[in-house]
Amino acid sequence: MTVDLGTDYLGLQLRSPIVASASPLTGELDTARRLEEAGAAAIVLPSLFEEEILNEEIELNRSLEAGAEQFAEALDYFPAVGAFAGAGDRYVSRLEQIKRRASIPVIASVNATSEGGWIRYARRLQDAGADALELNVYRVAADPTTNATDTEAADLGLIAAVRAAVTIPLAIKLSPYYSAFANFAKRVVECGADGLVLFNRFYQPDLDLETLDVVNRVELSRPWELRLPLLWIAVLRPQLGPGVALAATSGIHSGTDALKALMVGADVAMMTSALLRNGPEHLRIVESELRASMADHEYESVAQLRGSASQGKVADPAAFERANYMKTLHSWSTPSDLTAGAVP
Amino acid sequence: MGIGPMDQQWECLDGNEAAARVAYALSEVISIYPITPASPMAEHCDDWAAARRPNLWGKVPDVVEMQSEGGAAGAMHGALQKGAFATTFTASQGLLLMIPNMFKIAGELTPAVIHVAARTIATHALSIFGDHSDVMHARSTGWAMLAAGSVQEAHDFALVAHAATLRSRVPFMHFFDGFRTSHEINKIAVLGEDDLRALVRDDDVLAFRSRGLTPEAPAVRGTAQNPDVFFQAREASNPFYLALPGIVKEVMDELGERTGRHYGLVDYHGAPDADRVIIVMGSAAGAVEETVDTLVAAGERVGLLRMRLFQPFPTSEILAALPSTVRAIAVLDRTKEPGAVGEPLYLEMVAALAEQMDDDVPPFAVAPRVIGGRYGLSSKEMTPSMIKPIFDELGSDRPKRHFTVGIYDDVTHLSLPIATGFDQPRPTGEVQALFFGLGSDGTVGANKASVKIIGEGTDLFVQGYFVYDSKKSGSVTVSHLRFGPEAIRSTYLIDGADFVACHQFGLLTKVDVLEHAKLGATLLLNSPYGPDEVWERLPGAVRRGLVEKAIDLWIIDAFAVADEVGMGNRINTVMQPCFFRLSGVLPAEEAITRIKESVTKTYAKRGEAVVARNFAAIDRSLERLSRIPLGAPGKAEVIVSPAATDPREFVSRITAALIAGQGDQLPVSALPVDGTFPTGTTKYEKRAIAQQIPVWDAAICIDCGKCAMVCPHATIRMKVFPDSAVDEAPADFKSKEFRSRDLLNHRLTVQVAPDDCTGCGVCVDVCPAKSKTEVGHKAINMEPVEVHRDLERPRWDFFQTIPALDRSLLPHDTVKGSQVLEPLFEFSGACAGCGETPYLKLVSQLFGDRMIVANATGCSSIYGANLPTTPWTVNAQGRGPAWSNSLFEDNAEFGLGMRLALDAQADHARILLTRLASAVGDELVRGLLESTQGTEAEIALQRDRVSRLRERLAGVKGEGRSDAQHLLALAGDLVRYGIWIIGGDGWAYDIGFGGLDHVLSSGRNVNVLVLDTEVYSNTGGQASKATPRAAVAKFAAAGKATGKKDLGAIARAYGNVFVAQVSMGGNDAQTTKALLEAAAWPGPSLVIAYSTCIAHGIDMSKSMTHQKDAVKSGYWPLYRFHPSEIEDGQPFKLDSQAPSIPVADFMATETRFAVLQRTQPERAAELADLAQADADERWRYYEQLASMHRSVPHLGHAGKANPVAGGVSPDERRDEKGADA
Repeated sequence: MTVDLGTDYLGLQLRSPIVASASPLTGELDTARRLEEAGAAAIVLPSLFEEEILNEEIELNRSLEAGAEQFAEALDYFPAVGAFAGAGDRYVSRLEQIKRRASIPVIASVNATSEGGWIRYARRLQDAGADALELNVYRVAADPTTNATDTEAADLGLIAAVRAAVTIPLAIKLSPYYSAFANFAKRVVECGADGLVLFNRFYQPDLDLETLDVVNRVELSRPWELRLPLLWIAVLRPQLGPGVALAATSGIHSGTDALKALMVGADVAMMTSALLRNGPEHLRIVESELRASMADHEYESVAQLRGSASQGKVADPAAFERANYMKTLHSWSTPSDLTAGAVP
Repeated sequence: MGIGPMDQQWECLDGNEAAARVAYALSEVISIYPITPASPMAEHCDDWAAARRPNLWGKVPDVVEMQSEGGAAGAMHGALQKGAFATTFTASQGLLLMIPNMFKIAGELTPAVIHVAARTIATHALSIFGDHSDVMHARSTGWAMLAAGSVQEAHDFALVAHAATLRSRVPFMHFFDGFRTSHEINKIAVLGEDDLRALVRDDDVLAFRSRGLTPEAPAVRGTAQNPDVFFQAREASNPFYLALPGIVKEVMDELGERTGRHYGLVDYHGAPDADRVIIVMGSAAGAVEETVDTLVAAGERVGLLRMRLFQPFPTSEILAALPSTVRAIAVLDRTKEPGAVGEPLYLEMVAALAEQMDDDVPPFAVAPRVIGGRYGLSSKEMTPSMIKPIFDELGSDRPKRHFTVGIYDDVTHLSLPIATGFDQPRPTGEVQALFFGLGSDGTVGANKASVKIIGEGTDLFVQGYFVYDSKKSGSVTVSHLRFGPEAIRSTYLIDGADFVACHQFGLLTKVDVLEHAKLGATLLLNSPYGPDEVWERLPGAVRRGLVEKAIDLWIIDAFAVADEVGMGNRINTVMQPCFFRLSGVLPAEEAITRIKESVTKTYAKRGEAVVARNFAAIDRSLERLSRIPLGAPGKAEVIVSPAATDPREFVSRITAALIAGQGDQLPVSALPVDGTFPTGTTKYEKRAIAQQIPVWDAAICIDCGKCAMVCPHATIRMKVFPDSAVDEAPADFKSKEFRSRDLLNHRLTVQVAPDDCTGCGVCVDVCPAKSKTEVGHKAINMEPVEVHRDLERPRWDFFQTIPALDRSLLPHDTVKGSQVLEPLFEFSGACAGCGETPYLKLVSQLFGDRMIVANATGCSSIYGANLPTTPWTVNAQGRGPAWSNSLFEDNAEFGLGMRLALDAQADHARILLTRLASAVGDELVRGLLESTQGTEAEIALQRDRVSRLRERLAGVKGEGRSDAQHLLALAGDLVRYGIWIIGGDGWAYDIGFGGLDHVLSSGRNVNVLVLDTEVYSNTGGQASKATPRAAVAKFAAAGKATGKKDLGAIARAYGNVFVAQVSMGGNDAQTTKALLEAAAWPGPSLVIAYSTCIAHGIDMSKSMTHQKDAVKSGYWPLYRFHPSEIEDGQPFKLDSQAPSIPVADFMATETRFAVLQRTQPERAAELADLAQADADERWRYYEQLASMHRSVPHLGHAGKANPVAGGVSPDERRDEKGADA
């Protein structure tokens, strides 16, 4: 049977629900093209990090001036560098290049910690042709003097400010570390977000036991990580209603993973790790798996299956809440990746 | 039509930029080579070409770096012959290297201009500073010589030179004083394109082009001529020189007509009825003019004749300009020609006057008396108080016919006294400001900005001049700024400041910041102490000075403000608003606005963060400024330099004075007559510049020695000693058990020299030992100096008393073993974290007591021997490296000469020894002649033998006495000494390459160490042929397109040269082994050492990590090529692992590559791909080399004398040496 994979995400009409999310693959012209050829319905560019822009600018200026005006023979050590393209400028120009070549929607992504220059960058990305903007709100709430209310207020302020700055669709990529997530998600939407991307993964520090250094190491996701997005998309889909776009990300490695995400209510399933492991062409397999699974289960279209297993529609909504957690802890016979996923 | 000053466009430029702008606009080919102080002219041209700025004819000039000034002149000559406008910039030795081509260019009557920032020629010492010894040396080349005396003149005369050369066909040397003019920022009216077009006439341009070589109308030029015609042909050009003064005047008049700036070939200034006149050329004319004005106002009949055109000598213009009342003339030369009757300007003047007085109509009724004086060598100050005595001398009955000014000559008594009481009045409304800062704090940069803010934003005239000290790290800077309603002529430092700023509290104990403050001046002090505390914290001498001069004292804690806004130690934008507020040069609000505009102009295009931080600093600045009422004056403490305690009289008296900054006061008799100085003097500087110092944790240390190995300043030391050595140690002296199977009952200490450390942090970066309970804590950690200095000082004092370990107890071919050895290179003034100095220190540890160094000019000659002190030092026996620098271009040859001398002297000693065998004793003679000295122990035995030989020779009487005396003088050469030829890549790859290649081919036993920073580091980072592809450097502003030259491959091609490529951070053990093998190899050896440099744009504390990454990526493979005589020998040993990271990962961490990715991403990507391909290809090639079999052709057996090797065949010499450890 033929299956209609078409979906709507942030008001963008996509040919399938499989989106390549932020990774080095989406940021390079060549791999972005390969992703499109392999069937990606849209691509999200790698995040433009505020720290990256600031650090680069400050470090470059510092090193261009290092040693200057110290010794009569060498009053500086570099040729005159008037202007240079910072991380932000390069991001904008890469977006323009990719956008010029791509026929699928290109979503820009910014990873912000403060309002500051973000408003300007959000506008620049819009002007450069981004079809939508993904704002990655990423914060480790490590300051013991800042309470949850203040933290949330700061995040919402940032979202509102970016919303006010752009007219293109705005998705907010969140971490799961909010104490009252459903409430927070609702307020994010009230601030003007067109959709939520659930969830970003913290690249948590690791230790190198040889050098005893703390290292930042990218750990690719595993399929079990999909459980958390499944939970919250299932919960939020009925709460937020059909007008709010939801994207599942983290742990989508196969067509069946995508199917599950769609079933709990996601509009799109976003992939990174599996593509990094297997290459852009892996998308073809995922899409054919999705088609096959849908066919197996006799779904005709994504529209039909989307949200069919959200919290409001399953027989036991509690399965998505605390009871599910307790049950999992006691079901030792379940596959090991599931139990690992259940430990908070 | 003339125009007034208001019609002009004013800018603040230094002399170099002022000249370069015109030169660039009027050139098609610009061949360049770096040399201080002319390099900035070339750098500007390269920058403008990279930015595609067109010249006057709409074409971007081709700016080409050559391998030497000789090459630059040759390329210029070729371009000119083809009919292209060509120029170059140079100074000093560089000009000397151009002389052969200059003769040719002038001989061929080719229009050309060389712009010279005139600089001292090296004689008894190198000097980068200004005088006319270089241009005067080139005066016989046939080039016209046009002297600019100010920044405005450097701009205007650049045009005069370019225009006049085209009209006259005589090439021009346009020169101005190095530093005083080349680096002074002044407000000048800039020439417009129309001015250039008007003076550089199309007809002349076309005439020049028509003489260019072309196959369309072929000709030959540069023939060889014979006695029949050469002479006549040489005279044939006379009319061109005769016409030249008129042409120059014509051009100057046209310039004056257009700009209102009227110049003569010479200009007289002063009393119309003057009886005494000074004739001078260059910047000193400014100071003389001021003095003349003061004296004339006081009723004296004095004047100045300013020389502009020196050659052809404008005799008639001079005599026309001089008042007929003149009775005595002092001609001042800024050069010295030992043995001559007088210096050039004086001689020309005397001859010209004599000729004219002999004319039918003599210019004077009675010929004026002419005396000649020298002044200002190597930028020595020339002030009104030095000038007035010259007029006084002219007025005396019997003036000195030859004299000097500015120094005290107590040997030949030539100097005139300095008129200390002479008061040169300052113009009304002028503000003189002095700023004391550290190079790293941004003071000079901010002052340059202030000069532009005031000069370009108001009607005021400005002058900025900046004085730096002799160190590359922790250097003190003094900024001299003048602002006023009249053009500023004072070509000397400020000696009566209205405003003084001290940007570093610590400088108060090192520099007398109030010495040049006027009564009632303002002092702005950056103080970490608040208003309640600061007075008590001030040194007594400063308190006394403040009270005596009734200074208006203000403080601000600039570091606190800078820290709050994330500016680190850059306090410039905190201090700058305070200066404006206190000096009143501009209204406060306007000043703030303009400072912000200036920051925006500099940084806005590079992002917002730096702008935002600077703005925050500016905004917070004024609110933290406090006025401090003066308290009671204190007692002035007398600070005694540690150098005063040295047993050597020279060091305690002279070196101590130099360190104290009193060199200007030293009389002639105090200085060595031949430039010879004692070594081992940096230890007295105690500069205490580190904010943090490394502190050792003995409990964690694993005895590896890496920290001591990499320390660029030898301020982390490791000693191993018997347990008993610390019996008398202070209670808190740290030591630990030395882990060794061979050396029992010994302890180890790692000790910092707290007042010598620069705080670079390289030691901590490499320390591999980490605490088990706290991963961030290593066996060595950077800690705040204020907490640890007082603890470490007595420890360091005691540490120094522990005797060095017997060198034979531990092998030297390990890091640990080498680091127990005493360094004989210590506390250099190199940049903090320097990548070169650790290699020199290591060499000094391994071979220091028996090495002679030939050092190429460059960083290593500067931190190695820039007065006041030298880091090369001696061991407890008084032995250490002997060191000399010849030139930049000839260092390999210089070192070879040392080897030749050493071999000759050793041979001579052997002959004498054989002759004196009966007197000396056969056994001792045999021992001396037959010792292989293959190991250090054998060298020690040989030294014992030499001692015994000396004792016996002293007793030889009668017939053998003469031989014995000669042998006594040569006996030391019976010990095996190593010749170390040391220099940077600029020398080895470029200017000295021909010589290096020749020396390597000679087969002689020399050790060449190339400290490869991949740029000309000393002159500020210009590209060399060692610069890698894709790197941005000066002279490669658009990124270097070609790959790095494989110097090692060229040397390896000889087959009998030991070649190693090393990187201490990449593999410290391999570095050590390579150096030992190089020293042991009896023929030539070449060690190319990867040296991180500030010009790479890296965090220098991570210097060794960058080196490691360079090796890991295959960017810098490690190898040793050890020539082999075995038929199936495999001489090439690849010492590094196959690349494990992409070159791009390494490149991404260095600004020299990263900046291109941000300025020209496409070009950067293309070059980065090629850089990776370079590395891949090199690795593939080296892997193949590693499996290649190669043998050095040799005679097959020992005993066949090789006449070129001092009577010893290579085989014999190899047998002698063996391994060195």
